[in-house]
Amino acid sequence: MIVRGPARNLLAVLGVCVLLGVLAIPLFLKRPAVQTESTTASERPSVRTGSKAFTESVILGEILALLAESDEVAAEHRAGLAGTQIAWRALVTGEIDAYVEYTGTIRKDILTGRDLPTSEALGQALAERGIHMSRPLGFNNTYAIGMRKDVAAQLGIRKISDLGVHPELKFGFTNEFLDRHDGWPGLRVRYQLPQTQVTGMEHALAYASLQSRSIDATDFYFTDAKITIYDLQILNDDRSYFPNYDAVVLYRAELETRVPQVVAAWRKLEGRISETDMQRMNSRVELEKVAERRVAADFLSKDVAVESAGERMLRAAGQHLALVALSLAAAIVVALPLGILAAYRPALGQGILAAAGILQTIPSIALLVLLIPLLGTGFKPAIAALFLYSLLPIVRNTYAGLHNVPLSMRESAEALGLPALARLRLIELPMAARTILAGIKTAAVINVGTATLGGFIGAGGFGQVIFTGLYKDDKALILQGAIPTALLALAVQGLFELAERLLVPGGLRLKRQE
Amino acid sequence: MLELISVCKSYQGSTALDSTDLTVPSGQTTVLIGPSGSGKSTLLRLMIGLVTPDAGKVLFPGIELSPANLLSVRRHMGYVVQDGGLFPHLTAQENVTLMARYLGWNHKRIDDRLGELTELTQFPADGLQRYPVQLSGGQQQRVSLMRALLLDPDVLLLDEPLGALDPMIRLDLQEILRSIFQALGKTVVLVTHDLSEAGFFGDRLVLLRGGRIVQQGTLSDLVERTADPFVMQFVTAQRRSVTREEPALQGKQP
Repeated sequence: MIVRGPARNLLAVLGVCVLLGVLAIPLFLKRPAVQTESTTASERPSVRTGSKAFTESVILGEILALLAESDEVAAEHRAGLAGTQIAWRALVTGEIDAYVEYTGTIRKDILTGRDLPTSEALGQALAERGIHMSRPLGFNNTYAIGMRKDVAAQLGIRKISDLGVHPELKFGFTNEFLDRHDGWPGLRVRYQLPQTQVTGMEHALAYASLQSRSIDATDFYFTDAKITIYDLQILNDDRSYFPNYDAVVLYRAELETRVPQVVAAWRKLEGRISETDMQRMNSRVELEKVAERRVAADFLSKDVAVESAGERMLRAAGQHLALVALSLAAAIVVALPLGILAAYRPALGQGILAAAGILQTIPSIALLVLLIPLLGTGFKPAIAALFLYSLLPIVRNTYAGLHNVPLSMRESAEALGLPALARLRLIELPMAARTILAGIKTAAVINVGTATLGGFIGAGGFGQVIFTGLYKDDKALILQGAIPTALLALAVQGLFELAERLLVPGGLRLKRQE
Repeated sequence: MLELISVCKSYQGSTALDSTDLTVPSGQTTVLIGPSGSGKSTLLRLMIGLVTPDAGKVLFPGIELSPANLLSVRRHMGYVVQDGGLFPHLTAQENVTLMARYLGWNHKRIDDRLGELTELTQFPADGLQRYPVQLSGGQQQRVSLMRALLLDPDVLLLDEPLGALDPMIRLDLQEILRSIFQALGKTVVLVTHDLSEAGFFGDRLVLLRGGRIVQQGTLSDLVERTADPFVMQFVTAQRRSVTREEPALQGKQP
């Protein structure tokens, strides 16, 4: 009976987004680890292990997950949380139930400023936060400072104190080492180091920079597989600066009552992983490109299904689509009314546009991290950040599209006796459809790219593949994440161009005929 | 039918219309004429409530226009603007029948009404499915007129309806318009700056200048019994341009 053009069009866009999101959900929920034949999977108690974004942590996270998993318990591993603080917060808030941490890190970086010399004192302090600690797993993965062997020999450097007489040396440290209390700031004071050319960089980049001699020294972990292949000289910590970094399992205290068998299984690891074991596992992953899960399973002599590369890509694609589609759908629902409001209430409009503009200026990585205290890690904060980023293009284009409807059109609609809402629905929104759609397209394409940062906080998607490639220094893996992302962006662009043909009213696509 | 009592309107301090009284008689064509900036368009827009008066009131018929009754009042008025004001995303037919569909008329009623209107305006049936950009200027104005007439309004308001057309089409459409006005016997208010056009349509002419009504009456009243030197000036200027046969330039004369 009445033209429902604009409402139908917008609903269609929204519908497509939500549909894509919903379709994608099974893809990313599907994890071989959880996929047992049991039909009662959802009723089993579940344990979620975590890990930080480096190979060793991920292997240990897999080991914990494999040990936890049984017919009675479902286990999931949230891999690659970006940094100690994020992992610790996830543990305290219960987003993850356990992860492997190092005693040195706990003392200097988590329970900062407390004097906890003994492991009893440490355990006590952790228990106050509802966290229990296992005894050491065996290996001590302390920090070490390393240089190229030839450079070290040339300068006659064998121990860290030798660095003091070479102020011209350039250091490239991981950002975490650069910031943490037991990292560079303390090292510098202890050894009175004079070097001023100190930059922060990704671990993988640091190795490459060492090779090209753009830096002279970097930090690494004692069990790092790359020490041997890059032929590095470990500098002796002659003033005993670096504390013990014994690996321990941190787990939530409530697990002892909820799933005691899991805790018991984990505690059987105590004293069982030597430095050699760990270094070999690291090197199998980093040098032989074996999946962490496989390496973990081999260590436990357990037979597990490991996700194939294809399955992983499919899951990443599903997660990525879900991130983009859900955040975009939410953004359309919110931004469209805001844009309409901005167009019809100019005073309010300036405020809305300014606010959306400011949101856009927050660096995406910063926004993600800012959202963690509110929403935790994983899918939720990534969706929230993408949602916030999508607002501006849609609000602005909705505003512009409506604002540019000629006065004569608006008055003609008014003169017909159409009420305001009907004018909006029948005349103004359809006339603005092309501009609004362009805004949604911009948001969607940007979203596809920005969603890769979700990998940084465990939201999955192609970003996870890229970040995994980054910390493993695996260029092929980086490309496996980057290329599909670019293709997806192009596909989204194409999809919207198709949508434009279907959704923009015919009369607006015609050129005036002479 | 339409009555304006002491209405005035100014935009950002400059007066568009000084305190003005005007009564529009039923069943006649009243032409508002004057140079640009004289307030004739403002007067027309006040009548349909697109402009709210700073002071004074607009009565239709006998009831003061207010935000509360504006929507229903407008459905008893038809409004045509210079460039047609057609919605570019709707076809000619959709433009014409927009209100009927909004009000939930059934297909039969809509089709019947559309048939009457195309016949009345001599609009080609094959043009109904075209979009405005695919129509000539004259066709667009016919669509606009059909849209204005759809609900069979009591009053038809036209703001320079022929202003954007070239001379041949203009003459053609003038004839059609006048015959429609006569056939329907509606109250018509038409704005133009063209004296010959005003004389062609108007039972009564209202000459404006600088936001005031200078003189009202028939064309011969204006020509023969000028009340003000400006009227003489305006009439003479228009005549001269008519004799120079430059109808397209008429509007540029003060």
